[in-house]
Amino acid sequence: MNLVAAQIVNGLAIGMLYAVMALGLSIIKGLLNVPNFAHGALFAVGAYVCYTLSTIGAPFAVALIGAFSGAALLGFLIERFGIANLTGGSYLLQVLFLFGTALVIEQILVLIYGTTGVSLVPPAMLGGAMDLGFMFLPRYLVFCALVGAFSIVAVWLLIEKTRIGSSIRAGIERREMVQCLGIDIGTLLTLGFALGAGMAGLAGGIALPLLGANATSGNDMMAIAFVVLVLGGLGSLYGAVAAGILIGVAQSLTTLVAPSASTLLIYVIMTVVLLIGPKGLFGER
Amino acid sequence: MLTLSSIDAYYGQSQALHGVSFDVAEGEILALLGRNGAGKTTTLRAIMGLNRVARGVVRFDGRVISGLPTHKIARAGVTLVPETRDAFSLLSVEENIRLGYRTGSPYTVERLLEMFPIIREFRLKKGGELSGGQQQLMVMARGLAMGPKLLLLDEPSQGLAPIMVNAVAEVLSALRRDRLTVILVEQNLRMALDVADRVVILEDGVAVDALSRAAALADPARVEKHLAVH
Ligand SMILES: Nc1ncnc2c1ncn2[C@@H]1O[C@H](COP(=O)(O)OP(=O)(O)OP(=O)(O)O)[C@@H](O)[C@H]1O
Ligand SMILES: [Mg+2]
Repeated sequence: MNLVAAQIVNGLAIGMLYAVMALGLSIIKGLLNVPNFAHGALFAVGAYVCYTLSTIGAPFAVALIGAFSGAALLGFLIERFGIANLTGGSYLLQVLFLFGTALVIEQILVLIYGTTGVSLVPPAMLGGAMDLGFMFLPRYLVFCALVGAFSIVAVWLLIEKTRIGSSIRAGIERREMVQCLGIDIGTLLTLGFALGAGMAGLAGGIALPLLGANATSGNDMMAIAFVVLVLGGLGSLYGAVAAGILIGVAQSLTTLVAPSASTLLIYVIMTVVLLIGPKGLFGER
Repeated sequence: MLTLSSIDAYYGQSQALHGVSFDVAEGEILALLGRNGAGKTTTLRAIMGLNRVARGVVRFDGRVISGLPTHKIARAGVTLVPETRDAFSLLSVEENIRLGYRTGSPYTVERLLEMFPIIREFRLKKGGELSGGQQQLMVMARGLAMGPKLLLLDEPSQGLAPIMVNAVAEVLSALRRDRLTVILVEQNLRMALDVADRVVILEDGVAVDALSRAAALADPARVEKHLAVH
């Protein structure tokens, strides 16, 4: 029983990370109509920015803001000087460009930090566990879930309640029309990509004390984020949030019965969903 | 206010506009008429920068706008209400209109909801939940919210129930009272001549005739021969 409760909490925390990751992917997919294959590399960038800032003594909160900002800035550059120049070309070119960029980023991370990977002890305040009587709840997991939830709500408010957010929603549906209203679509796409990239970076930062990081550790996260995106429904912005949490909990619970199959299960789910219900669990918006 | 000089436009290899020339004076409503496929929509899209002007020049307010990106043409004071309407289906009616609003526009969201009583009651509904006619009014309001100096209206009454056609006609009369400059593409000849000061006729991508409203009313055959199906 306690074990199950612990795995559910664990799953919620990890699921929130998946949700943050996948919401970023979803915004980029919606606005630019391209699967961001650099999302995993941006996750790793976030983790390393968080690591570097922490090792030079920055408070953890600052390190997380840095993780978001660093990845967002990199996303800004990738869109403005890469994707934006390829929009005339084929979809395949954009995908390959993102793929190549991810490899470049990973190799640069290896060059700077080596291949062994890094880890970070969470700040004392977030370390240890709370005794709930029936189980010990690691504080960092709670923090992870809360920060994830908070950033998802912040992004939701940005998209639903601000002018730039309505431009993003409008731009996802009708690119030509938003331009007729005087909105610079190029800038909008760049901002959207930067926002999505920033979310990958933030997820990387939050995950660092939990999972550690190396240059390619974002790739597993990215693969799962794609599963989450598919499960949430490719046409839906927020389906990714529910699907992320669902996958996190499902994966965590599977480790109880069949630890070695938990990751396989996730990819089987994605493949089956694509084949039988490509609109995902939460369908069209 | 707007001058088109020998505009050519293409879809791939096939040429849709062959040297279209006409101009629009400030405060005038110009009806752009012609058969299906004559190039009316392409002309509006070329002005808006959505279709590339391959040859020729579009001048607006004394400056060349052909070649500018669409959002810059929009910021210069031109906007298009397309025949496909292009409602933002996930945004509420009010959000649709508010997204068009630019500071300084005389058409505030509140004023537009007054001007468009039919959609006022749906302001919190999603754009995609409206009927075709309601959507048409909403996208006209969205375009007006920009406070454009020149409004391009592509077949606003097409496919609408009579009561909605009347609502559209009322808005057109209001625009006329406001002395807004408009290019109106309209299949409904009577409706076009009710509000237009002048008529330009397109045929096979060429502006073949231009005449005043009085001339069109006096000699309807001169217009109709370019509209009849042959
Ligand atoms: N997207 C497109 N691709 C290829 N050809 C097109 C496209 N849109 C229009 N055309 C062609 O360009 C020409 C002009 O079309 P346009 O839509 O401008 O005519 P229109 O006068 O607006 O017609 P309608 O009254 O049917 O709206 C037509 O021959 C049409 O077939
Ligand atoms: Mg047309």
